[in-house]
Order: sequence, then structure tokens, then C-alpha cells
Amino acid sequence: MMFIRAYVFFLGVLATLFLGWAALTFIPGIQIKEVKPLPGLKPYTEQELRGRAIYIREGCVYCHSQQTRPDGFGVDQRRGWGRPSVPGDYVYDRPHLLGTMRTGPDLFNIGARQPSEDWHLIHLYNPRATSPGSIMPPYPWLFEEAEEAPEEFYRMQGKRVVPVPEQFRPEGKVVIATQEALDLVAYLLSLNHTYPVKAEKR
Amino acid sequence: MKSDHSIPGTEEAPELSYRILSDTSSSAPVIVFFTSAVVWLLVGTVFGLIASFKFNFPDWLGNIPALTFGRVRPAHLNSVIYGWASLGIAGLYVWLTARLCQTEVHWRRLLYISAILWNAGVLYGVVSILGGHSQGIEWLEFPKGAQTLIAMASVLLSLSILRTFYGRRVKHIYVSLWYILASVIWFPILYVIANLPFYSGVTQAAVNWWYAHNILTVWVTPAGLAAAYYFIPKVIGRPIHSYYLSLLGFWSFALFYNWNGIHHLIGGPLPTWLISVSIVASVLMFIPVITVAINHHLTMVGHFGKLRYSPTLRFVVFGAMCYTAVSFQGSIQALRSFNEITHFTHYTVGHAHLGLYAFFTMSIFGAIYYIMPRLTKWEWPYPVLIKFHFWLVALGITLYVISMTVGGFIQGLYMNDPSRPFMDSVQVTKPYLMARSIAGVVILIGHLFFIYLFYLMIKRKGVKRLTPPWYEKAEEYAR
Ligand code: HEC
Ligand code: HEM
Repeated sequence: MMFIRAYVFFLGVLATLFLGWAALTFIPGIQIKEVKPLPGLKPYTEQELRGRAIYIREGCVYCHSQQTRPDGFGVDQRRGWGRPSVPGDYVYDRPHLLGTMRTGPDLFNIGARQPSEDWHLIHLYNPRATSPGSIMPPYPWLFEEAEEAPEEFYRMQGKRVVPVPEQFRPEGKVVIATQEALDLVAYLLSLNHTYPVKAEKR
Repeated sequence: MKSDHSIPGTEEAPELSYRILSDTSSSAPVIVFFTSAVVWLLVGTVFGLIASFKFNFPDWLGNIPALTFGRVRPAHLNSVIYGWASLGIAGLYVWLTARLCQTEVHWRRLLYISAILWNAGVLYGVVSILGGHSQGIEWLEFPKGAQTLIAMASVLLSLSILRTFYGRRVKHIYVSLWYILASVIWFPILYVIANLPFYSGVTQAAVNWWYAHNILTVWVTPAGLAAAYYFIPKVIGRPIHSYYLSLLGFWSFALFYNWNGIHHLIGGPLPTWLISVSIVASVLMFIPVITVAINHHLTMVGHFGKLRYSPTLRFVVFGAMCYTAVSFQGSIQALRSFNEITHFTHYTVGHAHLGLYAFFTMSIFGAIYYIMPRLTKWEWPYPVLIKFHFWLVALGITLYVISMTVGGFIQGLYMNDPSRPFMDSVQVTKPYLMARSIAGVVILIGHLFFIYLFYLMIKRKGVKRLTPPWYEKAEEYAR
């Protein structure tokens, strides 16, 4: 009797976990697997993937989502953050970066909303330089500081001088973007999901 | 023979000797687990506090890559979940299983290996995150190597506990043991499934949040409930109110809670039916929660005065009440109309700490206050410090939860008002984020008192006391 009770108990325990797993991940997994990449969606380039790795390394996902909500649920549509995202938008995303926090704005279409490379570079160097009152962290290690010289001088060496306003950079220095900064910005600019989807069905 | 309504480990003579047997054999491994848990609590608290101050002063320590918000935050989460919470749970489970089975701990060597692997895994994982080697999936940031160590450690722990259960001397399986057994079976399976490298895109998001919520279902919550079910009746000396409510509570918990995870993605790009299923399951959670709440309340009724003389009871009852609160909050938060506002905001962070701190962490504190003197044969010195500990963390977490709940709600209202620029939703949270940091400092001070006491306990230092802390009050109460 005791033996049977323990046996039933363990089976029941396994069954509850398994049921939840099947319902929440396995069955939807099959359904979602049928999803094809949308015609307008391009795979990431190598540079964009490097930038994506930096996005992961620096934990941007803890403050920024990459999922836009439909009309009638939140105001993403009215903020112009782009049409509601659908599973087909994410087929190349590994790991996924949907995020669940909006300390900062959604970035699903940041490439369309803010196409300026310079803006992004300045913002990453010090968010307060473009957005007064921002609480986003600065990422100075994605940049180098160098002696002040005409931009020409650095451009000749293939270096990208970032037009950081004077009060936000060390005196007598200019700010130069590293390859990592350029990669990250390339990734941000690739976040452009404005191509149309047929039925906005999820 | 024990009836279904008996108090765990009732005071009959043979059971007393079993109790000595189980406490003696569990002593060393449990002290190892608790000590490492407490170290991770300190580490995790410091990371949490740094992360919090980063919101107030975003340029503070702004040029140290390892200490940027996006790395410190996951370092915080992972050290409190896989360090403090998990190792604390391990200690609780080992001690409680031996007690409830009235036997010695079997396969103790596995437990020592488990503790070593577990600590190594968390250390390796946290250092990797700070060094920029996160996998980028929330709650699963640790690199594969660290995850493998933790998976092995959890299997060893489960094996030892199941072996001890197999060697039990009791017929009756007490409620706490149901939760423990379910938990040690669920957790390793869940952890391994979630770490399989098959997923991408939206499917991965589903697996991610099924996991992240389920670790609460299968690991954190059962431990808190096992503690409540054991310590409340134990300390007040009265059986749990109803066996049948316990049964209903357990099975409805197991059935519904496993289906909750996708409520983290309401409004997201997943099949609508899937999100609806999770919302329904979240609302059904009212059943196990109300069942447990009634059961514990009816056990406590008429004995609330005893909160004054038992630190264990005070912490555990605080935790149990917060379990009810956080679960109600969770069910409501899963409703679409409410979630529309609070999702994506600090409100969720308030909810997380109401659960993981006010419920779980407080319950574990209570358990440690009970268990440690029985292992080291040394009473807690300086009972007044326990009082400081309790009031500092209780007030701190209350301020924390209120500031994040109110601040997050307003943040959500602003975010959903298209006539306001997004930046307004950032600006409006600033005073609340400052209040949270202050709460964090208060909690840290509380932890320092606790850690000092804990240190004295394992060293058997401080004044030698013959009675449990606050015992004088018990005599007063009895009069
Ligand atoms: C502590 C939270 C936090 C972290 C971490 C964070 N951000 Fe931000 N981010 C914000 C806030 C707040 C804003 C809004 C104010 C501003 O523009 O700075 C913002 C704005 C932005 C914007 C402009 C959005 C718009 O609509 O104008 C971009 C782009 C951005 N962040 C990218 C990033 C990247 C890339 C990372 C990681 C390297 C990152 N953020 C990390 C909080 C954060
Ligand atoms: C001094 C005490 C603490 C402070 C100051 C603190 C602070 C923080 C901060 C700043 C965050 C990040 C929030 C965000 O991203 O917006 C966080 C997240 C989190 N903390 Fe803590 N924390 C503390 C204690 C704890 C403890 C003891 C636990 C658990 C046992 C815990 C569990 C968590 C969890 C689970 C999250 C993730 C929340 C989410 O994803 O919504 N914290 N904490």
C-alpha cells in the first residue's frame, strides 16, 4: 500500500511537470516551427552579429524590449514604434532578445526611427549627451580617446571621430569609435522591421 | 503510530532519539550548505545595491566594464537565485528530509560533492557574466560549463535526498516532504530541459519564460511552503489545521503553477491561445494559494501572541503572509487589462522581490534560526541582534516593494499615455528608484547583523546562552 502511494505520488509529480512543458513549449514549438522567415527579413551580416554579441555582453536586454504590441494593447502603435511583431520576424534570433523591461524605449525598429550613426555613437559614449536626464549607462570602453586634431587627420588613418559635444568629453581629447562600437551601431541600425507582413496574425 | 494530524516529530521517546540521529548526521552538510548560501547572500546583496545605485547615478563607476548595469544585474540575479536561494534550499531540504523521515542522512559524500560543484558553478558563472560571457538569456545567463556543474550538483543533491527518503522509518509522509520530494525531482529535469541548445527565436522565448517562472514553481516556492508547513505547527505546538486542504493545495499547485510561465510574454509575438492558457492558469492559482492561506491561518489562530517569543515563527509567518500577498498580486497582474500597464515596468521588479525576498528569503531566515542551534549545539548569542535583523529587513523590503509597486504603476501609466514623451516615464520613476536604493541599504545593514550572528554560530562564539532567544517572553506568555 505504502509502496503504491509513493509510486503514484512520483508519477503524478512527473506528469504535472511534463504536461506544463508540453503545453507551453512543445506544442507551440511545433506550431511556430512552421513559421518561415518573412520575405522582407534579411539574415544578419557578420558585422551585425558581432554587434549583437556586444548587445548581449553589455546586457542591453535588461532595459530594452524588442517586441512591439498591437493596437488596443499599449500604445506602441501610436508612438510609432512599428507594426506589431510576429514570430516570423525572429527566425534568425539566437538567442532571442525579446526582453521584458522598458526602462528605455522598445528597440524593435530603432534602425528606422533613428538612422543616424553619429547619434548612436554619441549616445553610447554618454547617453546624457543626446538625451538629458537619461538613466542609461555610458559605454566609454567602446571608444578611445585621442589627442585633439582635425578630423581629417584621423579619417586618413581610417578612424571614426565621434562628434561628442565638448562638455561631454575629456578636455583636449577627441573620441574615436572602436570597431566594437561600430559593430554595435550596425546591429542597432539593422533593427528595422518596417517591411510589410500580410495578415497581422499571431 | 502517527495519525495524519500529528505534529512532525512528536515528542515520543523513540522519535527523540531519531531526531538526535538525524540532526547529528545532517549537521555537517547542512552547515556547509547554509554557510555558502550566506556568503552568496552577501555577494548578491552588494550586486543588487550597485545595480540599484546605477539607476540613481548612471555615471557612477561608469567606466568599469565589469560593473556596468547590464552585467551587475544578471550577476545579482544569478548569485541570489543559484547561490543564496538554491544553497539555502539544499540545506533546508537535507535537514528537513532527515527529520521527517526519522532517519540519518544517506549518501552524505554526494552532498559534499554537490556543495563544491554548486559553489564552483555559481562562482564561475558570476565571474563569466561580469567578464562579458553571458549567454544572454534571462535566468540562464551562465555559460554552459557553469550550467553543467550546477546540473550535476542538483542531481547529486536529489539522489541523496531520495535515498534518505527510501530509508525512512515513518509511514506517514508529512506535507513538507511532498513539496521537497516533488521539488528535487522537478528541478534537475527542468534545469536540463531549459538548457538544451535546440531553441531559437520565439520558441526560445517561450522556453525561457516557462523556465524562469517554473524555477519559482519547482524550486523556490516549494521550499518556502515546506518551511511554513513544518515550522508553524512545530513552533506553536499544534497540528496543521487540515490534511485535506494540504492535499488540495499541493496538487492544484503542481497542476496549475507549471502552466504559468508565458504570462511573462503577454502582448508579445506568440500564439494567442498560448498566452491565454497561461493567463487562465495564473488565475487558477487562487485555488492553491487560498487553500494554503486558510490552512496556515487556521493553524495560527489564537497563537499570534507567540510571534513575540520565536524568531523562527516571526520570520516564517511574515513569509507565509507574503506568499499569499504575492500570489494574489501575481494572479491579478496576469490579467490583460492590468498587465497592459505593469508589464515592462519596475512594478514587476517589486513583485519579484515580494516573492523572492518577503516570502522566500524571510522563510529561509526563519528556518535557519531554528535549525542552526540544533546543529551546532549553541544558542543564538545576542537575541537583540535578531530583533535588529528582523526589523531592518522587514522595513527595508516593505519600502522596496511599495516604492517599486507605486513607481512602476505610474511608470506604466505614463508609458501608455501617447501624449507624453517616453522620457516622462523615465523621469517620473527617479524618486522611487532612490527610495529603492535606500531600502536596499537598510536591507544590507540587516543582512550584516544576520551574517555576524551566523558567523558566531558556526564558531560557537559570543555569550553562552542556555535558553533559546526571546525565551523569557515565552515564560511571560505562559503565565
Ligand atoms: C539602465 C537601463 C538601460 C540600459 C542597460 C541600456 N539602456 Fe538604452 N536607454 C535607456 C533609457 C532610459 C533610454 C531613454 C533615454 C535615452 O535616450 O537615453 C534609452 C535609450 C536608448 C536608445 C534610443 C531609443 C530611442 O527611441 O531614441 C537606444 C538606441 C539605446 N538606448 C540603446 C541601448 C544599447 C545598445 C544598450 C546596451 C549597450 C542600452 N541601450 C542599454 C536605458 C538603458
Ligand atoms: C539589498 C537587497 C536587494 C537589492 C537592492 C536588489 C536590487 C535589485 C535590482 C536593482 C534589480 C534589477 C531591477 C531592474 O532590472 O530594473 C533586481 C532584480 C532582481 N532581484 Fe534583487 N535586490 C535585492 C535583494 C534580492 C534578493 C535577496 C533576491 C532573491 C532571493 C532578489 C531577487 C531578484 C530577482 C529575481 C530580480 C529580477 C527581477 C525581474 O526580472 O523582474 N533580490 N534586484
